[in-house]
Amino acid sequence: MAQAAAKHGHDHAHDHDHGHHDPQELKILGFWFFLISDVILFSVLFATFIVLRDNTAGGPVLSELIKMPGVIAETFILLTSSFTSGLAVLAMNQGKVKQLISWLAVTAVLGASFIVLEVTEFIELIHEGFSYTTSAASGAFFTLVGTHGLHVSLGLIWMIGLMLQLKKRGITDVTRGKINVISLYWHFLDVVWIFLLSIVYLMGVM
Amino acid sequence: MLERLKEFASEFFVTGDPLIYGADVAIGITMITIVAVLTYFKKWGWLWRNWLTTVDHKKIGIMYIIASIIMLFRGGVDALMMRLQLAMPNMDFLHPEHYNQVFTTHGTIMILFMAMPFMFGLFNVIVPLQIGARDVAFPFLNALSFWLFFLGAMLFNLSFVIGGSPDAGWLSYPPLSELSHSPGVGQNFYIWGIQISGIGSLATGINFLVTIIKMRAPGMKWMKMPMFTWSVFSTCIIILFAFPILTVTLALLFLDRFAGAHFFTLDLGGNPMMYINLIWMWGHPEVYIVVLPAFGVFSEIVSTFSKKKLFGYKSMVFAMLIISFLSFFTWAHHFFTMGSGADVNAFFAVTTMLIAIPTGVKIFNWLFTMFRGRIRMDTPMLWTIAFIPCFIVGGMTGVMLSVAPADFQFHNSYFLIAHFHQVLIGGVVFGYFAGLYYWWPKMFGFQLPEKLGKWAFWTWNIGFYVCFMPQYAVGLMGMTRRLSTYGWDTGWWELNFVSTIGAFLMGVGFLFQVAQIADGIRKYKTLKASGDPWGGRTLEWSIPSPAPEYNFAITPRGDDIDEWWEEKERRAKGIYPPEQPLEPIHMPKNSAIPFIMSIFWFIAGFGFVFGWLWMAILGLAGVGICMIARSFSYDTDYYIPVDEIKRTEASLRGSV
Amino acid sequence: MAEHNSHESHGHEQHGSLKSYVIGFILSVVLTIIPLVVVLNDMMGRTAALSVVLVTAGLQFVVQLFFFMHIRESEKPRWNVMALIFGLLIMLTIVIGSIWIMLNNAVAH
Repeated sequence: MAQAAAKHGHDHAHDHDHGHHDPQELKILGFWFFLISDVILFSVLFATFIVLRDNTAGGPVLSELIKMPGVIAETFILLTSSFTSGLAVLAMNQGKVKQLISWLAVTAVLGASFIVLEVTEFIELIHEGFSYTTSAASGAFFTLVGTHGLHVSLGLIWMIGLMLQLKKRGITDVTRGKINVISLYWHFLDVVWIFLLSIVYLMGVM
Repeated sequence: MLERLKEFASEFFVTGDPLIYGADVAIGITMITIVAVLTYFKKWGWLWRNWLTTVDHKKIGIMYIIASIIMLFRGGVDALMMRLQLAMPNMDFLHPEHYNQVFTTHGTIMILFMAMPFMFGLFNVIVPLQIGARDVAFPFLNALSFWLFFLGAMLFNLSFVIGGSPDAGWLSYPPLSELSHSPGVGQNFYIWGIQISGIGSLATGINFLVTIIKMRAPGMKWMKMPMFTWSVFSTCIIILFAFPILTVTLALLFLDRFAGAHFFTLDLGGNPMMYINLIWMWGHPEVYIVVLPAFGVFSEIVSTFSKKKLFGYKSMVFAMLIISFLSFFTWAHHFFTMGSGADVNAFFAVTTMLIAIPTGVKIFNWLFTMFRGRIRMDTPMLWTIAFIPCFIVGGMTGVMLSVAPADFQFHNSYFLIAHFHQVLIGGVVFGYFAGLYYWWPKMFGFQLPEKLGKWAFWTWNIGFYVCFMPQYAVGLMGMTRRLSTYGWDTGWWELNFVSTIGAFLMGVGFLFQVAQIADGIRKYKTLKASGDPWGGRTLEWSIPSPAPEYNFAITPRGDDIDEWWEEKERRAKGIYPPEQPLEPIHMPKNSAIPFIMSIFWFIAGFGFVFGWLWMAILGLAGVGICMIARSFSYDTDYYIPVDEIKRTEASLRGSV
Repeated sequence: MAEHNSHESHGHEQHGSLKSYVIGFILSVVLTIIPLVVVLNDMMGRTAALSVVLVTAGLQFVVQLFFFMHIRESEKPRWNVMALIFGLLIMLTIVIGSIWIMLNNAVAH
């Protein structure tokens, strides 16, 4: 009976909506769906990478060129940034705008470091003769990992935009919704990285 | 300098073909006329406020449908040109290179720029009304989806007169579509036109999923929803998971062409078969995307025009959801002959046969709905009844094709062409036409003249069978697809000639449709429609035609299946819903960003097509700025005050 | 908790606490270190190592779903969860399906 009453609280609220729906709720659901479409996007890139990874056309082979220290650094930097983005959301839920912006800034700095490391990694690979046009395998590698890097870079620009909006407007229903969305996005990117690390790098050096 | 200009122009513009010069002139005249008319009648402001910057789902839906009808014309002309070329052996009307361009544009346009927008148009006009909502979940995104489609379609169509059309088939298989075998820009137009409008499609899928999940009227539980809305929901599930596959696959092809990658090239480790695998992973769900809404339309029409509740509501819902699910597991039947071997082929043959079953269930349910109903043979019902035998035959030939060993005979023959045209025309086109005729009064406030509609129907229907039945036969006689000509000794010419007659009959049908619309517009005052001209059963018929901007002055309830029908029964017994006070209605503001952002995408696409990096970067920068502008804009809504609602309702319902 | 303003954020009262983020972070670190150590020290045969890598990846994915993305906290019915499950199924279909089909369509290189 108590359970029914508790559940009733939620359903009741919807019935009272009079067609007026919480726009932030709609945005979060819509963004989850978008993230899932992004999962499919990465799935195709992963599938292509796996199918073509041995088609090296007699050229350099990725497994011989991977430098794990950089990859490990990238991994922990991104993971930490995912953690700090969570701390940002915590600050937001406690209404602490300055802390929120600070943790977002830390997240952005970590994200930028990730990109710098990744670009360095790419340049080194290219110097070793493993470039975008070398073979199917190399192109697949750069496209898969590069698409993730592009997602991170776009996320950084987005994050800066939100920090500016927070500075101007503080924590409102709308800005709260936006921060929830971008934190979801940022966590998603770290999840994708887990699989990049596993399938591209770890499987590569096995 | 002049020499360089002339050289550039001769590469840039398509030259040497009178048909194309004629098109150039027609395009030029049309554009000038439009500008002149708008300026003379001082309608630029009206155009900007009411159409270019609108976020109203009803207007967006109408724009989608108008665009799709124009594309139906172009795709249809492509078809007539092909049939003309094939009417007799050794015809010289279209040279092989031209023929390739024509069948490529025909397929691409019909599926991506005719069927998809027509479908999105119907989604937009009807779904919010059916669920008692005031708009979709994301009106801004909705507008963006339309303009992305429109500018993507424009980019694709431009290739006809600038740069050259693509000519590697509607799916653009490598290695033919690679730089090595298609060095011109046609393939780039193909890729970018589809990519840009594909983003819009994915966004629409997300939009309608959230709308249907979250914005149904109070009381409208899932199993009380109208069947068309269920079909839209099932379709959007497929869109969400299928379109990203298309986006990536085309992007990889573009990277091969533009950045020197080797995903699908013949050298340096590329594998063209991977493209075929990936593109059909999208391609098969795509055909279910276009057919499921047609099924939804038929369900609505069958029950309305039989004055009977739809038979087997639950099984209809589950059938569509099962089709959505299974559609992701059948794709390899499009390349049984590629060489994947018996294990792979057997698996996909079985899944393909399985997916026929839920459709069969639906057909029986439609028939059972009609049984002992009081049937009215208005135009929407005619198209619906015609669909049933047509789709059954098309579906059965599909099951024949699914038998993998048999498919080694059928694959890429005219048997295949007849099959897919039968299900696409008999299912999708008939369905969308039926929907257009059914919901036309709701969209525009007047009925279309029935007589011309019947002429259109009969010519289309008869023309279809005359055109495509011979193609099954000629396919079995050995005629393969994409042949630009054939010899006298093949013995194919009689059937081809008959087929061409059928094609032109369908063309006549299209002309009747245009005449019907023109006549209707001319006489629209005498054809004015009430809010409920057909005796409808669902909520869209409970409001005036056309619907007011805010749709519902008071949010309705949706407690029953066929809620509006139940409401009418209650009112006949004198039971009226309790008076509810009006409240100010929350509406989204217009925005110029969708239109402008799409233009920047067009610019970027154009730059990528010709390899002009500066233009591509400019375009993408514009896109980025638009996104940032949108992120920073907080003044996006307004309220309609109560007295304005009162005035609107009085004036609309007064005349009903 | 008894008063539910329909305009208040139901679904995203992210009940994440510092504790949950810290636990999630630590678990993720551990689940990252394990496969790194196993692979970089050549500790097992290929199949075993592959299993460790994929299992820890899957586990870390679930950890982050729960502790970072708060997937358990939206109200029922959980559309995002249903969509995610279906999405993962399609992902597996795409990857495994492609591998299966393309293995049977090997190209000389």
